[in-house]
Amino acid sequence: MTLAHTDRPPRSPVASRATHRTRDARAAVRRQRRRTQLTAWAFVAPLVVYLAAFYLYPLYRNLDLSLHHYTVRSFVDGNAPFSGWANFSQVLHDPTFWPALTNTAVFTLASLAFQYVIGLALAVFFNRHFRLAGILRALFLVPWLLPLIVSSSTWSWMLNSESGIVNHTLHLVGIAPVDWLTSPRWALTSVIIANIWIGIPFNLVVLYSGLQNVPAELYEAASLDGAGAWQQFRRITFPLLRPVSAITLLLGLVYTLKVFDLIWIMTRGGPGNSSSTLATWSYKLGFGTLLPQFGPGAAVGNILILIALLFGLLYIRVQRRQEA
Amino acid sequence: MLFPVYWMINVSLTPQQDMRKSPPDLFPLHPTFTGYQAVLHDQLPYLGTSLLIGLGTVVVTLVLSAPAAYALAKLRPRGGGFLGISLLIAQMVPGIVMAMGFYGIFLNLGIMRTWWGLVVADSTLAVPFGVMIFTAFMSGIPDELTAAATIDGAGALRTFWSVVLPVSRNAVVTVSLFSFLWAWSDFVFANTLDSGGDFQPITLGIYRYIGNNNQEWNSIMATAVVASIPAAVLLVLAQRYVAAGVTAGAVKD
Repeated sequence: MTLAHTDRPPRSPVASRATHRTRDARAAVRRQRRRTQLTAWAFVAPLVVYLAAFYLYPLYRNLDLSLHHYTVRSFVDGNAPFSGWANFSQVLHDPTFWPALTNTAVFTLASLAFQYVIGLALAVFFNRHFRLAGILRALFLVPWLLPLIVSSSTWSWMLNSESGIVNHTLHLVGIAPVDWLTSPRWALTSVIIANIWIGIPFNLVVLYSGLQNVPAELYEAASLDGAGAWQQFRRITFPLLRPVSAITLLLGLVYTLKVFDLIWIMTRGGPGNSSSTLATWSYKLGFGTLLPQFGPGAAVGNILILIALLFGLLYIRVQRRQEA
Repeated sequence: MLFPVYWMINVSLTPQQDMRKSPPDLFPLHPTFTGYQAVLHDQLPYLGTSLLIGLGTVVVTLVLSAPAAYALAKLRPRGGGFLGISLLIAQMVPGIVMAMGFYGIFLNLGIMRTWWGLVVADSTLAVPFGVMIFTAFMSGIPDELTAAATIDGAGALRTFWSVVLPVSRNAVVTVSLFSFLWAWSDFVFANTLDSGGDFQPITLGIYRYIGNNNQEWNSIMATAVVASIPAAVLLVLAQRYVAAGVTAGAVKD
């Protein structure tokens, strides 16, 4: 309370009591609010500490790694000379850089396109309620829930050149066997096929839940007007689904950029660098050989983060706009 | 869509000598369980470790994310919006980059090749997701409910523990389900932070199997089938939570 208040000429006793009361009440509210803030922060504090220790700090270490010349030894004796942007420049001039970048782009875009189209088709299919639809839809989730190492090894065996079921089936329809995983021409396609298979369930579930929110009356009105199934899809389903589609694709994009296990287990990014992406290349530099190149590996990792962040911010923008 | 899953099971039951047969048998005509015997013989410790790591990750994730989400949804701390964005960004960091950061830290702290080190690393996959799911769910709890608890004299901790948490059972199930599955299937952290340790998870078990005997595909596929059991069980028991989790992760209501 300031002096100015007490210097004021006295008012009538009733008014004065009333202002006192409101003043006290206001102070109480303020105290209460401050206490709520404190409790709120007490509840959030562990998370903040955790984020600092297990996100910020590793990311900082990674940045530090990419700016120094690190060997396995330097982790122990702490002796890693500062090298500035040398790691980045080495990586950018590496003959692997452009193939890895293009492969990342092709892998991501092709996966997204097919996952989305197939997922949407299945979502529309499941949207007309029929018997066993629920069970069938649940079963379609299986590929998404399986550990990646399981699906990757299964696909490896199915695509095996000599004894794989895929080549056998091709043989039945008179197509010559393909060296899916061992020829530079097909390795990237193979991992994309497997990744599409894994990503369809996610698209299916999200788009299906989007379809549930499209009012049924619209379809009734449209069919009264004589619109066919395709026209209904093009004029009603697709436009109304656009916000959900945008989120699905952006999330898919951010996740697909990170895909590592699948490619590593199926092809190790090879043969040569034919199926290397930024993620597998970064791993290969850091952990994949007997002579680890942590600095360049971390540099590639940081480039990958930058790309992911770019699309991540786009995601946040799109979501904000939808909420507004 | 389900053919690869079927094929995995089929191959796991096919006798070794029929593996390279052309044409391959489309059905397990002469089923053999030698693959599964091999799993029981070689992989049980790996499965145990994975179970331990999975459950540990669930506990860490719940303990961290539920209280924080309660505060974000109901007590609205200043800076909560910034925290929310940080969590969204945290989900976009590639696992391989995190693995490299953790590698240096773990080496310095001397906690390489421990199961609880993996619990810590694996929880980073699930905590931001957990906070998001819990916040979305708890925002839907009517304020009257928490206000009533306050009038009855319950503090924030009490309100959280005896009112909010029991009501959020569905969110608890969803978050537990996903954190367990992610920890169970993690390969990147396991291979960088636990390679050659005493307690290795099943993903490394399969990885070694492929490397060492890439001829015995029925054993490899049998291990794959066994490693998929948690996913299958969870799907049967909690399918509506699975769908809820996927959608809540993607589109906020």
